[in-house]
Amino acid sequence: MAHIALPEGLPGITGGFAFRPETAKPMRELADILLHQPGSLSGGERELIATYVSSKNDCYFCQTSHGAAAAAHLGGDAVVKQVTADFQRAPITPKLKALLAIAGKVQIDGKQVTPADIAEARSQGATDLEIHDTVLIAAAFCMYNRYVDGLGTWQPTDQTMYAEMGKQLAQRGYSAPPR
Amino acid sequence: MPHIALPEGLPGIRGAMAFRPETAKPLNELVEILLLGPSTLTPAERELIATYVSYLNDCHYCQSAHGAIAAAHLNGDEDLVKQVKADFHYAAISEKLKTLLVIAGKVQRGGKNVTAEDIADARSVGATDREIHDTVLIAAAFCMYNRYVDGLGTTQPQDEALYRERGKQVARDGYISVSKTYLPTEALAR
Repeated sequence: MAHIALPEGLPGITGGFAFRPETAKPMRELADILLHQPGSLSGGERELIATYVSSKNDCYFCQTSHGAAAAAHLGGDAVVKQVTADFQRAPITPKLKALLAIAGKVQIDGKQVTPADIAEARSQGATDLEIHDTVLIAAAFCMYNRYVDGLGTWQPTDQTMYAEMGKQLAQRGYSAPPR
Repeated sequence: MPHIALPEGLPGIRGAMAFRPETAKPLNELVEILLLGPSTLTPAERELIATYVSYLNDCHYCQSAHGAIAAAHLNGDEDLVKQVKADFHYAAISEKLKTLLVIAGKVQRGGKNVTAEDIADARSVGATDREIHDTVLIAAAFCMYNRYVDGLGTTQPQDEALYRERGKQVARDGYISVSKTYLPTEALAR
């Protein structure tokens, strides 16, 4: 049971969003810009960063829903599982590996990011905007994850629900509540 | 020096926001609603929660900036802000705010640390569901803002007078209004 009286039947963050639509609006908009709107990193790559950080924060709802969104972008969940298990050995670009290393450090604490981490990302072709967005995606999921877990939201384990949610998020983004 | 080429002369989150005005917009809107929007918690109480979480995350810029805004709301009472950071249980704040700070501190370490007992304690001294919700979200949001500011290696001045001056300005005018002084004008027009 959730810690406060959230609207029933709404899983994870959607319960928090329905309880407080005023704060939901900028939180949705931020996710949409970072994960869905056009960028030089693909939707799949950005969802992998979000999934990886949510996995490190041990947030079941977020890692499962964003993992499903990443799988929808990538046409399957094999890479998603490899990234959360050990991204260094996953079939992803060296640039994304360097960005995931930065995201993992931000998850612990922003001060963990070193000039060497940034130099490595740059040497693999990462731009300043891509580094910025990686830091902010990682930071933002340290918020979303804590919000979802801190309210004790309902987090179903039905995988077909997450697969459907992932498809919708990959197609429609985050600016409107899921249908 | 920041990790990426942020606009010069803008300390902390301001440089990052000026670098990426698209994300600055929802980031400013969220903080404005949470810390200054209509609420049964005073702006000072909410700024103290933000300051406490930023202190736990060891973010110099955020704890100095929000500590100064809290003090501005408290008629310049910087000692109270210091007491809350040092040991809020002994600070001259309400029992309700103490229970909310306990919840905020647990969210800072990870949302699953919040227990049913923490919530019951907050309710027993008058906290509403909305106040508990906003406390959880303020704490969660500052785990984002703090990591954003530190993760980009932003410039974080040591001069307390600078934070004091800006604190008064934000307490008076709000986050969105003040952001117009450092965000590119073309971004604000969108």
